[in-house]
Amino acid sequence: MNTIPLEHYLFVGAALFSIGLAIAITKKHFIGILLGIELMLNAVNINLIAFSRYDPGKLSGQLFALFVIVVAAAEVTVALAIILRVYGHFKTVDPDKVSNLKK
Amino acid sequence: MEAAAFYSFSILAITAALFILFSKNLVYAAFALFLTFLGVAALYVLAGADFLAVTQIMVYVGGILVLLIFGIMLTQKTNKESISSTPNRIEAPSTRVVWGSMIGVGLFTFLSYVIANARFQMSGNIISSKSTIRTIGVELMTSHLLPFEIAAILLLVALIGAAYLALNRNPAS
Repeated sequence: MNTIPLEHYLFVGAALFSIGLAIAITKKHFIGILLGIELMLNAVNINLIAFSRYDPGKLSGQLFALFVIVVAAAEVTVALAIILRVYGHFKTVDPDKVSNLKK
Repeated sequence: MEAAAFYSFSILAITAALFILFSKNLVYAAFALFLTFLGVAALYVLAGADFLAVTQIMVYVGGILVLLIFGIMLTQKTNKESISSTPNRIEAPSTRVVWGSMIGVGLFTFLSYVIANARFQMSGNIISSKSTIRTIGVELMTSHLLPFEIAAILLLVALIGAAYLALNRNPAS
């Protein structure tokens, strides 16, 4: 039962976090950047849950992961609303082209 | 058996994430993110977090991914001929791809070095196979009551704020 060592979970989490960071850097699209940020938040949750395996009495890691999910949901709604406002104003989704505060 | 499931779901999640990184089509990237979320939910189940896995599927796949796809649809480019040839194309200049991949590979090497050299001393026993819902419910209502209420208020504030921000304040446009 549960023979997978802890380090393998951490390696998967590290790989997903690195890929998420690369996505957030690479994409020239607001929503592409958001995809990368969501991936990074998920990778952090893998770490929390992997450590929480050794804490069956209190499950602090799983509770923290629950709050991370809540914050991610709040973040993505507000970010999408801001992206829609920016798109309505500048008619672009390229973060490089949104370079002035007021036209 | 468990190891085979763990490695296959890890490979599924990482492959889908790499597909997001190299895909030129944003809608394909969003659906690859769906696969990644499912793979991560399977990893949660294998780590004994059944409630978190169901929450992950409900919140991420049912909520966040649908929101992202709505965002993609609402921010379409206006010129039609480029849409019909290359739909939902995202430009990624090669210098940015090189820098992003270099930073990602560098961070992964650093994190792997840290993880491989860490010696974690676990004091508690490994989790047994019973459900975690009872423990999570009791802990949320006793020792984590204040963060629970703050999370509720945060969600309400985010809901109102997002609705207010997305409101069209200029009726002429």
